[in-house]
Amino acid sequence: MSEALNELGELIETKQTNAVRRCQVVDGELTIWVIPASIPNFVEFLRTNASCQFTQMIDITAVDYPEREKRFELVYHFLSMVLNQRIRIKADISDGENAPSITDIHPSANWFEREVFDMYGIKFSGHPDLRRLLTDYGFTGHPLRKDFPTTGYVEMRYDEVEKRCVYEPVSLTQEYRQFDFMSPWEGAEYILPGDEKGDAK
Amino acid sequence: MMDGANGDTLTGKQKIRNFNINFGPQHPSAHGVLRMVLELDGEIVERVDPHVGLLHRGTEKLMESRTYLQNLPYFDRLDYVAPMNQEHAWCLAIEKLTEVEIPRRASLIRVLFCEIGRIMNHLMNVGSQAMDVGALTPNLWGFDERESLMIFCERACGARLHANYFRPGGVHQDLPQKLVDDIQAWTLTFPAVLDDMANLLTENRIFKQRNVDIGILKPQDALDYAMTGVMLRSTGVAWDLRRNQPYECYDEFDFQIPIGKNGDCYDRYLMRMAEMRESIKIIQQAITKLNECKGDDILARGKLTPPKRHEMKTSMEALIHHFKLYTEGFHVPAGEVYVAVEAPKGEFGVYLIANGTNMPYKVKIRAPGYAHLAAMDFMGTGHQLADIAALIGSMDVVFGEIDR
Repeated sequence: MSEALNELGELIETKQTNAVRRCQVVDGELTIWVIPASIPNFVEFLRTNASCQFTQMIDITAVDYPEREKRFELVYHFLSMVLNQRIRIKADISDGENAPSITDIHPSANWFEREVFDMYGIKFSGHPDLRRLLTDYGFTGHPLRKDFPTTGYVEMRYDEVEKRCVYEPVSLTQEYRQFDFMSPWEGAEYILPGDEKGDAK
Repeated sequence: MMDGANGDTLTGKQKIRNFNINFGPQHPSAHGVLRMVLELDGEIVERVDPHVGLLHRGTEKLMESRTYLQNLPYFDRLDYVAPMNQEHAWCLAIEKLTEVEIPRRASLIRVLFCEIGRIMNHLMNVGSQAMDVGALTPNLWGFDERESLMIFCERACGARLHANYFRPGGVHQDLPQKLVDDIQAWTLTFPAVLDDMANLLTENRIFKQRNVDIGILKPQDALDYAMTGVMLRSTGVAWDLRRNQPYECYDEFDFQIPIGKNGDCYDRYLMRMAEMRESIKIIQQAITKLNECKGDDILARGKLTPPKRHEMKTSMEALIHHFKLYTEGFHVPAGEVYVAVEAPKGEFGVYLIANGTNMPYKVKIRAPGYAHLAAMDFMGTGHQLADIAALIGSMDVVFGEIDR
């Protein structure tokens, strides 16, 4: 299984040298890092090349790593029914940078890209209809970014006096609870009482 | 204006414009909370713009601040028509990252309940598809059988729908033998009910008029729009993850994969009926295999799973392990994994990024209905308004998984 993937990765790497940055097989899954600008050409290659035939675009998502210089990682999953293999494509995108859309190659990418835009604020150039999808009409912010609070900023209720829905800042009757269950021996980010004496020596 | 100063507004210059209507969010055949803005030219649909997200609960965001075990119940609430199939994907993802092998009995129980979930889903779908085009009775009969399946779920885990039954490392509890026997007895009576439903629908004139040649898909279209499951197979593409990328112990079961010919709504109905009959075969085989391994353990004992009850009461280490498991939770080694299962609606995938702590760093849930509904504009354009209801019915959309 992973031997075939290794071969496939090498083949893609040699044919697309100016797009591929890195390529590895972990846990039986092939991941290829590519340059963002080359995504459409690379995806087209994957779809049409006879030894790849990744005809199904399964999923697009992004991952937020706030500490990185290029903050977001775009992740694409493709499936080849002919080879019976899956492949994962990754590209680093910095905040505010536009990613190229692949809706011309895979029409199914339309909603997936809209969702990524909605959740992470990554804009896709060439997308026909880049609107918010899952969040409320008139929503601000991008919920899946790590710096967006889980409780959000506004809450909505129906106002009996004004006879319409009103938005108000979130007010919680009980503080949002985030318990720290991590054992102090492995997960603590604070210094245990007494441990500061160790450094003084 | 009668004096004609502004021209005659009733003849040639009269402007004809398309009509926009809102389909939903509170429409009985919108299957939940779907709002569709339809642009109509007379009766013909020119453009479909589905507005989803009315059931968005931020599952993926919530999961980032909960432990792996606490996240499991969220999967019941995705596709709430067949909850256990979703849990399965989550458990498989964790087991793949932690490299845990689950006991054979647990694997068989999972297969058993996945197929029960498939039948629950298809019963609901076939019934409501029939209801969308005007037939009420099959739906009621379907719900009758669904009820007995939900009682099986309740007897296995205590909940009718939100099961929380599959656990990383196995299943929560063993099945009582009486339950296994009752499921066996049910598989013998159920085909007769399926026959009754088929008698009402398959050759029904109205049902055929409303479904045959509606929403035709070609194989290339289905691939382009990332369709999976019944939607893809209705076009004649034989692709089922249970067969093509076997997970759990599906490779030792003998069953057929029904595929369609025309890719229309009627084919999809026929395929769902056929899939239910195949699921019964799988259930019967699973029960035979279960009876061969009575009394075996149903959890891979280790860090992922709780200790046995009597051990917890007698051993200090087991008690500590139990306490740590249910407060801190287990740690999953850093890595990423994409795991897909053949849910009743299509490929349900979980993309999990673990960073070595007790909570996932990122989870992406790939719901089959999401891709199907995204193709609504493509499929609905050119159809009549009334066909939209039939189309939604045959797409099998559930908003728990689409909105997440």
